[in-house]
Parts: sequence; structure tokens; C-alpha cells
Amino acid sequence: MDKLDQLVQQAATEFAAAADGVQLEQAKARFLGKTGVLTERLKGLGKLAPEERRAAGAEINRAKDAIEAALEARRNALREAVLLAQLAAEALDVTLPGRGTSAGGLHPVSRTLERIELLFRSIGFVVADGPEIETDWHNFTALNTPENHPARSMHDTFYLEGNDEVLLRTHTSPVQVRAMLDHAARHAGREQMPELRIIAPGRVYRVDSDATHSPMFHQVEGLWVGENVSFADLKGVIADFLRKFFETEDLQVRFRPSFFPFTEPSAEIDVAFMSGALKGRWLEIAGCGMVHPNVLRFGGIDPERYTGFAFGMGPDRLTMLRYGVNDLRLFFEGDLRFLSQFR
Amino acid sequence: MQFSEQWLRSLVNPPLDSEALGHLLTMAGLEVEESAPVAPPFTGVVVARIVEAEKHPNADKLKLCKVDAGQGDLLQIVCGAPNAAVGMKVPCAVVGAKLPGFEIKAAKLRGVESFGMLCSARELGLSEDHAGLMDLPADAPVGTDLRQYLALDDTLFTIKLTPNRSDCLSLLGVGREVAALTGQPLSVPEIVAVPPTIDDRRAIVLDAPAACPRYCGRVVRGVDAKAPTPDWIKQRLQRCGVRSISALVDVTNYVMLELGQPLHAFDNARLSGAIHVRYPRAGEQVLLLNEQTVTPATDTLLIADETRALALAGIMGGEDSGITLDTTDMFLESAFFAPDAIAGRARSYGFVSDASHRFERGVDFELAAGAIERATRLILEICGGAAGPVVEAVAQEHLPARKPVRLRPARARRLLGIDPDDAAIAKLLNGVHLGVRHEGEDLLVVPPSFRFDIEIEEDLIEEIARLYGYDNIPALPPQGGLAMLDRSESGRSAWDVRHLLAGRDYQEVVNYAFVEEAWERDFCSNETPIRLANPIASQMSVMRSSLIPGLTGNLVANRKRQLNRVRVFEVGRCFERKADGEPVAGFHQPVRVAGLAAGPALPEQWGTPTRNVDFYDVKGDVEALFAPRTLKFEPVSEPALHPGRAAAVLLDGRRIGVVGELHPVWVQRYELGTAPVVFELDMDVALRADLPAYSEISRQPAVTRDLALVVEQALPVARVIEVLNESAPAIVKGVELFDVYHGKGIDPGKKSLAFRVLMQDTQRTLEDAEVDAAVTAIVHHAETVLGARLRG
Repeated sequence: MDKLDQLVQQAATEFAAAADGVQLEQAKARFLGKTGVLTERLKGLGKLAPEERRAAGAEINRAKDAIEAALEARRNALREAVLLAQLAAEALDVTLPGRGTSAGGLHPVSRTLERIELLFRSIGFVVADGPEIETDWHNFTALNTPENHPARSMHDTFYLEGNDEVLLRTHTSPVQVRAMLDHAARHAGREQMPELRIIAPGRVYRVDSDATHSPMFHQVEGLWVGENVSFADLKGVIADFLRKFFETEDLQVRFRPSFFPFTEPSAEIDVAFMSGALKGRWLEIAGCGMVHPNVLRFGGIDPERYTGFAFGMGPDRLTMLRYGVNDLRLFFEGDLRFLSQFR
Repeated sequence: MQFSEQWLRSLVNPPLDSEALGHLLTMAGLEVEESAPVAPPFTGVVVARIVEAEKHPNADKLKLCKVDAGQGDLLQIVCGAPNAAVGMKVPCAVVGAKLPGFEIKAAKLRGVESFGMLCSARELGLSEDHAGLMDLPADAPVGTDLRQYLALDDTLFTIKLTPNRSDCLSLLGVGREVAALTGQPLSVPEIVAVPPTIDDRRAIVLDAPAACPRYCGRVVRGVDAKAPTPDWIKQRLQRCGVRSISALVDVTNYVMLELGQPLHAFDNARLSGAIHVRYPRAGEQVLLLNEQTVTPATDTLLIADETRALALAGIMGGEDSGITLDTTDMFLESAFFAPDAIAGRARSYGFVSDASHRFERGVDFELAAGAIERATRLILEICGGAAGPVVEAVAQEHLPARKPVRLRPARARRLLGIDPDDAAIAKLLNGVHLGVRHEGEDLLVVPPSFRFDIEIEEDLIEEIARLYGYDNIPALPPQGGLAMLDRSESGRSAWDVRHLLAGRDYQEVVNYAFVEEAWERDFCSNETPIRLANPIASQMSVMRSSLIPGLTGNLVANRKRQLNRVRVFEVGRCFERKADGEPVAGFHQPVRVAGLAAGPALPEQWGTPTRNVDFYDVKGDVEALFAPRTLKFEPVSEPALHPGRAAAVLLDGRRIGVVGELHPVWVQRYELGTAPVVFELDMDVALRADLPAYSEISRQPAVTRDLALVVEQALPVARVIEVLNESAPAIVKGVELFDVYHGKGIDPGKKSLAFRVLMQDTQRTLEDAEVDAAVTAIVHHAETVLGARLRG
């Protein structure tokens, strides 16, 4: 039976020598094809004596199985080689830059305003809006700031030519008045007025221009009116907001007595970081207070029954602190080298 | 207001260091803006007298001095100052002294030993003066520590007072606050009346008693106006930022700073007859001390004599009635002017004065007589002379009423979120001189004459908060009924719009709402823009009616910075005149969203050929902004835009904005090189969205047929699609343009449009015949209506 072993060996050698599928099939035909060596052997079994036939047949079939296995192994190896060759040929330089367009971004102050809105929405504040050319009444009078009030000297107001009744709003506070009037009218005649919780982000204008003042800048007004709103609530909301906004507990918040005609008591809010470049410095970031009863009245709300707090903060300042920007004017110059840093 | 810490401590001296004192003031609402030491730290500097001053043997410019520094032996000191002279009193830093930046050691200078240094003011950090040695007064005691002699261990506080706290515009006022906050005693400057020694007096007539309900006047004769101001007054004035002028003027300023009462000194010889406090007569003019001549408005109160107007009451004295160095007889004025009668007047003449600043905020109306006595005493001490009686004119009924204000302690506790009992509240208020009386559950509180900010209950609640300490009020987590906020699905937020544009490679900018007038004229044909009455600069003088000029400005600026590819957007208000504008009549103030794209369509990159952004790129951005709603575009003529490359954007038949290439005229004028494409749209429309609605998905196979139609070159594609759709049977689900061709095989003046027609039925498979019939119908209709021809 040495012969069969040799045959298997020989087949394996020839298969291995086959360089591709065609050669392999030719080699296969020589052993397993219709006139192949092994086929011939099987045909020759009939000439053997019946008692020998069984054993010889088994031998031949074993050899056939071995050759077929060798064939299959070689086929797989050749397929594998083809695939590898294809993969190698198709390889890319994955370090080449990706294609397509780039992305733009929001203005850094917009990022801040969006976050402020999100944080205050999470405790039930809704966004209110108001005009930027505003009436003198809404901007001053209804905010308890009558003509000749010394507080008016705190605002250097832009007026429009030929119309004394209107101005560019100097703060977002007039939105308070509009929101209160609207709210009071909507719930007039009801047993109880639902709470009013708004924030009003927007652009405001003052005659002022240097590294820390821009003639146009942003403010966010906040207002919460209800039956039992207190100064302690104001402190709670602002402190919570500042820690969430700056994402740190490492922050001191201080309320300092101040004066605004439209709130009483009034406070300035200062923050100080406990680490970083501005460590230990008190930075003024907002004004706030309990809504003055005259303002509630102008807003159509009974100050005996309802109280409220209001605050006005400077998102430009918050943005500067958050991102380390040192010149306010950069926000309004449209310089893409600056703006594209906030993506 | 700026003042010296030492002066304050002479009135009330709490056991706090300067920093703690500053913090106390800040937290009481008197914000300390700045606190600066009068002198930098130094030691070992004493008053010395130059006994000898010889030329240095080895140097022409140096002197060899023998100096008495109070140490027994004379000190030999080499000195280079040109003014060093025998007998002069100078600061001497002795061996071991520490000066700003260096220490004094015994040394040899050009071979001669020197034991100390004679100092200029600059070497001690006291001023910028370094012309020579600091020249001390002749009576300065030799050997005294200079810091002590010049009271240099002092801090200058600058406090920023809110307009309601006029009572703190004096040392006395600040002292009262500090005493209340710390419980320390306040030593009020003693005011002792000066008995008259002459009988000279001047009658006073209150012609406008509501505006001036109290006026005290006094004649002082025989004063020496040239007498020097004592150093202690000069020093206190200087440390309050007030320049010393002459003894008489300095005294009036001193009393104002000390007590808060503005005073005015007239030259009695230049007055004639009674003093009148009245409103102006037609044509009257006053030449003011600041050399400004004003014609006072009818609501400006004057001080006049019987012949002429002398001064603007409570604002500024007149040039030709005031005291001079030659004055011998003076008339001193100490009055109360009602805040309403002064407020805003000085500003209307373009200035403010210390007096107007105080009177318009409120001066203690019981202070006038005391202040005039205080000033008289100082004048007699310094300038000599003899005082007449104080003549006081009062209209009691016009003095500010100090009505009791009712405080409900429970309301105070509720509003502040704190719980001091009634007695504790009363004690706090008493501390700042508020009179408190109990009435039932309430407190009746009477403010003192120096407080002008206590009229209603909230004013008292503010005082309570301030005195209780803002820091001691808890920060409570807010409580309220939990109700979910509306979040309509038929709308989106402005942030969604911004993020969408940012996602399409636009960078948000924020431009000023006021622009230069030329922009409005050029880009918007707006010849009558909304003008500011007081613009900050000419290029910021009118309100914008469009965002596009601002974006163009951004392009210009960024091109200058060598950025070629610029894609920016802004969301902001525009301003137009409109009679019935809402909510402010006369003005329409819509929020718009606008964008600009210039330069390469894509960032320069490998594998993609560079081409400049064009109309259709930006149109695609606009469509994406509104998708899935479909917009219509119609040719439009706008001054900002290229007439052949601009479209009005319509949604549901309403014009909501424009998109187009910038007009070549502006591209050239602003040197933009290639034309940017811009869009501007109404934000309110962009914020709306349609609620998605389900329509049944067909399970049947869809059939598509492509057809190419040849039409006139000028025929808008939108019109062709409209016509194709209007004749399409129900099985046609969509007609999509997939190619536009002109060139070989197509007549010049024509174009070939290739459409893919999608057909489907929800219930059954379509038959070939009906598909063919549908296409035929479509083509036939297009041929009839548009003169289209099916391309073979």
C-alpha cells in the first residue's frame, strides 16, 4: 500500500505547487478526475477478489479523503492569498485628513445664554422677550425711575432723533414690566394668580465704550413673582445658578447692599473663585433685589399679596470669566480667529 | 467719595484693621471701590535739619552735608540734590532705614563716608516730585519719625455711594454708619455757636419757599483772606481729593466734607441789599465760578441780591460775587434746597458740582445753622474778623415732612426670609437713628432729617436687611408648585436654528444694531433711517434695517485678516418705521436670521476640487433651515443683491426673506473680490415647525420612469415642475429633477431637463399600460402648456 501513501504525498506536493485556482483544478483532475489516478484505482477494484476488495477499497477511500483534504486546504490557502493581495492593494493612507465640510459655531455669548436658559428652565423659568427700541415709560417710569431721578444719571441712554418718548433700552428690566402686565391680564379675575417665573436675555445699549464697556452688550433679566417669594429664595436661586453655571463648588458668592430704583432691598452679586488666575478677587456679575412695590403695581400686580425678586446679570462678563477672555470688545468685532475658538 | 481713614477714625474708631473696615463699609452698601495707603511702607525716616552743606571734595555735583537728625551727633551724609541748603528741614533716612525697594547702609561715596540718605518725595513714594529734597516746614521737629509727622499711616478710601445714600456724603455720615454697625461711640464734632460781635446782617427773602425752605446767612467782617490754611485742614482736604485754594474756600469745603453741608462764601462788598432765593427773570445771565456764562432755565433756582442774579442756588456760585484774596467782608450762606429743585439742573448746563451732587440727593435740612457756626468758628480762628448774627429764613411748612412709616415686622420677616423678633428689629433701626414706636403689631418709624430714602415700608425692610447683614440671610432652595413647562413640537427654539446653521458651517457673530448711514442707503435704499439723537460715533449713527450690511462688514474685516473663506450668520433685531408697530408704536422690530458665505464652498482639502460658493449652495442652506417645509423662490430685485441672482423666499405664499449674490457694485466698492452669497429671513417663521403626520406606506412596488424635456432656456424649472404636477394622475408620487443640460444636441436658447417620475399605488401593482398613460399625459400637458418637447 506504499503506493497509495506515495500518491497522497505526490498529490499534496502538486497541490502546493499550484500557483492559482486553475493549476490547482488541473492537479486535482490528475488525481480525482474521471481519468485521475485514484479514480482508475477505484475502477480497478472490480478485478480483485471479493475478500480483498473491501480492504483495498477502504484503503483507496482513505487516500482519496486525504487528497481531498489537501485539496481543500490548498484552495483555502489560495483564496486567503487572493484576499490578502486584494486587501493589500486596497489599503488607504488612513492619516490623510477626512473630507467634507467643517462646522461653524455659536457665538461665545450665545453659548452662555443657552446654558443660562437651560439652567433656569430646569427650575421652571420661561423665556420672555421685549423690544430693543423701548418706551421711556417701560424703561424708566414703570421701573420706579421718574424724570430727574438721580438713578437716571447711572444710565447714559441712547435716544432717537426727533422722539423723546422712545430710547434704546438700557437694560432688560423693561421686559419685567411687560411680562407682569401680560401675566396679570391673562389671569385677571382668577382667585389666585399663578407664579410668574421668567428670564429675559437680550441686547441692551448704553453710551459707553472702552475695554470693559461696549455701547451694546447683553443682559439676562430674571423675575419670580409669587405669594411667598423672599430674599432668601433669591440668594438660593442665584447661588445655585452660579455653582451650576461655573460647574464648581469652589466659588464664593456674596450679596452686597446696593441701590436700584426698581428693587428694594437691592444687592450686587459678587463672585470669587477659590482657585485659578482670578483667585480671591471679588467680581461683580449681577444686580438683584426684591421687586419694588411700585414696580409690581405698574405691572398690575398687588404688592400686598405678591412679592417677587428680580435680577439682571451680565452674560458677557460671565462668558469672559468662563473662557478667560480679557477684552469685551472681541465679542462684537466678528473676528473669526476669535469666534472660531468656541466650537 | 474719597476720604482719609484717619479722619474717619477721629470720629469713630472700631477695633478693625483697614481691610476689615473696608469690608464692613462694602457690606453695608458703601462699596469701597479702592483703598490705597497714603505712603508705601518705609521705616527709619526722620525729620532732619541740614547744618552744613559743603562741596564734595571729589565730585562737582555732590554735596557733603552735616545733618541733625535728632541723634545727638551730627550725621555726615553725601547728597546729590541741587536744592540741599543749610537750615533746610528734610526727610532723612538713617542707617538701617528701609525704603521702598532698598535699605540704607553706611557707605563710601567717592571716597567720603556717608551715614544715611536725604530723600526726595519720590524716593519715599509720596509723589512724583524728584526735583530735589522734600522741603519740610521750618517748624518740623527734628528727629520726629516722618510717618508720624506727616500722618502717613493712613489709608485713602474711595467709596461708591448709591444715589439713595446722600447721608453718607460726609465723614460724619460715614462715621454714623460705622458706629451703628460696630456699636462704637461716635464723637460728633462739637458745634458751639459763635456769638455775634457786630451787628451787620443781610435780610433774606425766600421767594420760592418750596424750593428753598431754609436759608441761613451771616456777615463776617475784617477777615484776612490771605491767611494760610492750617496744614491739618490742607492735609484732610488733600486726602479727600480736594485742592487747597484759600483759607476761606478751604473752610467751606472742609465743613462740607466733615458735616455734609455745602456752604457758599460771597464777598459782602459785592452784594447789594437783601438776598433773594428766586427763579430767574427773562434774559438773566450768570457768570459762574467755572467761567461759564449761563442763561438759567426757568426752573433753575437762583441766589440774587436786589440788583442782580448772583449764583445758581445749590449748584455753583458766581464769578463776580464770590470771595477773592482781597475780600475783607464776607457773607456766608448755608441753606437747604429741595432735591427736586436741584435734580438734573447742573447736568443740563453740562457739569456737576460737589454742592449740586449733594443737594439733588438730599442734605440734612436741620444742618444749616450748625454748619454755619462750625464754619464761622474756623474762619475766625484762621482768618480773624468779627461775625454778625446768623440770619435764618425758614418756611417750616415746606421743609421735608418726616412722616412715620408703618412697618409690619411679620412682612419684613416674610420678605427677607429671616426671623428676628420685633425688639431685635427695633434695635437695628434705632442704631441708625430711626425713631421707633410700637403701635399694635406694627412699628411706626420716623426717619431722621439726614435720611432721604425712607418713605415706605420697603425702605425700612431694606434697612433691616442691611443692618441684619446680607451675609446672615440664608440662601434657601426655592420652593414652588412643580408644573411642567410647555415645549411645543410645532416650534423650535432659536438655539435649534443657531445650531442648524452652525452645523452647516456658519459661525455666529454679534454685530452692533447701530450702523453707518451709508450702509442703510447703499444696501437698503433707506434714505430716512432711524437716527440716534446721541450716537457714539458716526459709523454707529442709525439703526439697522437689515443684518446683511453688518455681515458684509464682517467679511471685509476678515478678508483684511487674510481669511478667504468666510461663513457667518447673525440672529438679531432689525428696526423699521411703522406707525402701528408692536409693541412700540412707530417701530417694527423683527428678529431676523441672516447669513453670508464667501470664498471656497468647502474648506480647501485634498481630493475635492476647489470652487467658490454659489447661489445654489446657499439656497440649499436656506432650504435645509426650513426642511421639511418647502419654500418657493421667485426672482427679486433688491438694492443689496445681484438682480439676476437673487430670489425672494416664500413660504405658504408669504414672503419671508431673500437669498442672493451681493450686487457687483458693492462687491467692487468694498473690494470683496468674489461675490458673497447672502440670505436674510424672518426668525418667527424659522421658529415654526410642522408636527409630523403619518401617511400610509405602500407595500406595492414603485415604478420609475425617466423623461427629458427640452424647454426654453429662460423658463424657470419651478414652473416646469408645477406644470408636470398639475397634470399628473394620482399614481404619480413625485417628480424629481435630476439633470439640467445645455450644449451639444440641444438648440441654443433651449435646455434639457431630466426628470424622474415615481409612480405607486398603495393597493395594487401598477400595470405597464397605466404607467405609460400617466407619462404620456404628463408629457402631453407639458408640450401643450410650455411648448416642451420630449427629447429623443
